[in-house]
Amino acid sequence: MNSFLPQQVPLSWYLLLSAVLFSLGIVGFLIKRNLITVFMSIELMLNAVNLSFVTFARQWQFCDAAIQGCLAAQPHAVKGQIFVFFVMMVAAAEAAVGLAIIIAVFRARATLAVDRIDLMKL
Amino acid sequence: MNGYLHLWLIPLLPFAGFLVNGILGKRLPKWIVTTVALLAPLAAFCVVLNAGFLTDIHVNPGFDDPAPYVETCPFPWINIGALHIDFSFVLDQLSLIMLLVVTGVGFLIHIYSVGYMKTEEGYARYFSYLNLFLFFMTVLVLAGNALLMFVGWEGVGLASYLLIGFWFQKATAADAGKKAFIVNRIGDVGFLIGMFLLLANFGTLTFTEIAAKLGQDPGWTGGVITVIALCLLLGATGKSAQLPLYIWLPDAMEGPTPVSALIHAATMVTAGVYMIARNHVLFDHSPFALSVVAVVGAATALFAATIALVQTDIKRILAYSTISQLGYMFLGCGVAAYSAAIFHLVTHAFFKALLFLAAGSVIHAIGGEQDLRKMGGLRKKLPVTFAVTTVGVLAIAGVWPFAGFFSKDAILYAAFLQGDAGKALWFVGLLTALLTSFYMFRLWYLAFLGKPRGEAERHHHPTPWSMLVPLLILAVLSIGGGWIGIERFAGFLAPSAGARAADAGSAQLELILSLVAVAVALIGWLVAHLLYQQKPDRPAKLAAALPGAYKLLAGKYYVDQIYGACVVKPLLLFSKYFLSPVVDKALLGGTAWLLGGVPTFAGALLQRWQSGNLRSYAAWLTAGAAAVLIFVVVPWYLVWPASLDFVWKVARH
Repeated sequence: MNSFLPQQVPLSWYLLLSAVLFSLGIVGFLIKRNLITVFMSIELMLNAVNLSFVTFARQWQFCDAAIQGCLAAQPHAVKGQIFVFFVMMVAAAEAAVGLAIIIAVFRARATLAVDRIDLMKL
Repeated sequence: MNGYLHLWLIPLLPFAGFLVNGILGKRLPKWIVTTVALLAPLAAFCVVLNAGFLTDIHVNPGFDDPAPYVETCPFPWINIGALHIDFSFVLDQLSLIMLLVVTGVGFLIHIYSVGYMKTEEGYARYFSYLNLFLFFMTVLVLAGNALLMFVGWEGVGLASYLLIGFWFQKATAADAGKKAFIVNRIGDVGFLIGMFLLLANFGTLTFTEIAAKLGQDPGWTGGVITVIALCLLLGATGKSAQLPLYIWLPDAMEGPTPVSALIHAATMVTAGVYMIARNHVLFDHSPFALSVVAVVGAATALFAATIALVQTDIKRILAYSTISQLGYMFLGCGVAAYSAAIFHLVTHAFFKALLFLAAGSVIHAIGGEQDLRKMGGLRKKLPVTFAVTTVGVLAIAGVWPFAGFFSKDAILYAAFLQGDAGKALWFVGLLTALLTSFYMFRLWYLAFLGKPRGEAERHHHPTPWSMLVPLLILAVLSIGGGWIGIERFAGFLAPSAGARAADAGSAQLELILSLVAVAVALIGWLVAHLLYQQKPDRPAKLAAALPGAYKLLAGKYYVDQIYGACVVKPLLLFSKYFLSPVVDKALLGGTAWLLGGVPTFAGALLQRWQSGNLRSYAAWLTAGAAAVLIFVVVPWYLVWPASLDFVWKVARH
C-alpha cells in the first residue's frame, strides 16, 4: 500500500471495478439481441474506461506531488480528468446519433433484433 | 535546330501536311486537302533548293572539300554513358542529290496523284500517307547517324505498308502490304545487328565519326568490318528488293500506281543504295563485302530481267524491271563506283517514275485493265502517253542520248575495269541490258502498237492535265537527265561518296564499251520487233517450243512457292503447334489467368467474412481489440529476446 495515499479506498479496487464494468460491457455488447441494450453496453464500456482515467489521474496527482514536493501546479494531474470530459462529450454525441439511427431502423424494420438487421449481407 | 539552312523544315513540312490531312482530311473540302498535300512537298522542295544554293558544299568540287553542313537539335536524343546520339541532319553532296530527287520527283507524283486518285474513296487518307512517306524519307536521307536513319528507314516501310494496302478491302492488297512489311523486317534485323556491331566496335553511330575512325587506321580491313558491312547489306537487300529478299516488290504493285512510281520505283527502294553509299567507307574497308554487293547486284539484275521477259501485267513488268535496275545500282556500289550508282539512281528515278506514271495513265484511260494481252493499239488514243512511254523505254534500254544510257554505261564501265571478275560482272550487266531492252520494247509493242485486243479500249477516259504535266516534265528529265555526264557528277559527289577510281581504262575503251551497250540495246529492240510486231504469233510458238523454260519464267522461278514451303510453312506449323498452345495459351494465357484468378479465389474466401450479421462484426471487433491488447501486454522479449533491440531502437528515436 502506497504510503503517500491517504487511508482511503485502494487503487486496485477502482481498477478492478473498472475492469468488471468493461467486461460486462463487452459481454453485453456481444450477446444481447436488442439494439438498445447493445448500445447501453457500449456506454457501459466507455464509463468503465472513464473510471480508470480518473483513478489514474488521481494517482498521478499524488505521485507528482511526491516528486516535486508540492501540491500546487500539477500539469499531469488534470490530464486524465480532462480526457474524461472528452469521452463524455463523444459519448453524448454518439448517443444522439446512435439513438437517431436506432429510431430510423425501428421505423423501417419494425424490429430491433440485431440478427434480423442483416441486409448488408451479400 | 541551329543553322541558317533550316533543314528541319524539309521533313517537318510534309509531316504537317500529314497531320492536317490525316486528322482533318475527312471534314475538309477536297480543294483544301489538295492544296495542303501539294504545298507540303513543294515547300520542302523549295527549302532543299534554297539550301542547295546557299550551302558551300558544292564550291570547287573535288578541289577543297569543306566539311558537310550539320544541323543538330539542341536537345540530345540519347545520352547514356559515353554514347551520345543527337537528332542531327547532314547536308552534303550525297544527301543534297537524294533530297532533290525525293522532293522533286515526289512533288511531281503528288500532282499526278491529284488526277489519278480524283474519284477514289479516301482521297485525304491517300495524301496524308504520301506526305508521311516524304517525311520519313527525308529523315532517312538527312540523318547524320545510323539510328536516325533507321527511324526514317522504318518509317518509309510503314508508309509503304499503308499505301500498298491502300485498298485494304481487297484481300490481295492487304496481303501484299503485310508481305512487304514482314520481308522488310528480315532485312531490318540485319541493319539492327549492323548498328549494334558499329556501336560495339566504334562506340558511335555518327557516319562522319565512323569514317574518321576508319580513316585513322587504313590497315583495318576485313574481320568485323566485313560482318558489319554484310549485315548492312542484308538490310539494304530488304529495302531495295535484292536477292534474296526481292519477293515483296512485285506484290507491292497492288498499291495505287503513283505509289508504285514514288515509293516502289523512284525513292524508297533506292534507300538501300543510298545507305551503302552513305557507309561507303565501311564497305571500302572490306573487299569481300564489296564483292558480295557486286555479285548480289549482278545476280539480281539478271534474275529479275529474265522474269520480266514473260510477264503480262504491265505493272509487274515494271516492278521486275525496277528490281533489275536496282541490281545495277548494287553492282555499281559493289565495284566501288558509288557515284555511278547514285547517278543511275537519279536517272532511274526519272525514267522509272515516268514509265510507272505512263502505265498508270494507260490503266486510268482504259478503266483499270493491267493485262498487256488485252491492250494494243493505244498509240492513237493516248498520243502523249505513247510519246512519253517511248522516251522512258528508250531511256531504260540505254539508247544514246537518253538518260539511262549515261548512268548504265558508267556502271558497266566501272565494272569492266575491275579485273577478270569485273569483266564477268560486266558481261552479266550487258546481258541484262539486252534483256531489259527486249522486255521494255515488248511492253511498248504490246500496249501501244499492233491491233486492239480485248474490251479494254472501249472505256476511254481522257487524261487530265494534272497527270500529263508531270509526265512531260519527267520525260524531259529522262531525256536530258544524263547529259551532265558521269565525270562532272562524280566530281561533285566525290567528297561524300568517294572519289572515282583511278582510271585504268582509256577514252577509247570507254567509247567501245558504250557502242557495245547501245548495240545491245538496239538488238533487244530488234528482237522485240521481230517477235511482237512483225509476226505476233511467234512468241506463242517460242513458248510452245521451250515449255520448261517458259513455265519456269512465268512461274517466277517458283521462288514464292519455295519460300512458302521452306520458311512460311514451317513457321506456321511451329506457331500452330508450339507458339500458340504453349507460349500463347499456356504461358501468357496462364499468367493472365493466375493474375485474375488468385484475387478472385481469395475474394471468394474472404467474402464469407462479410456476413452482414452485426454480432459477428462485433465479435471480430472484440477479437481484434483483444489481439492488440495481448500484443502490447505480453512480455514478448522473454519469448524472443532479440525483439528488445528493436524496442530500444524505437525508444531512442
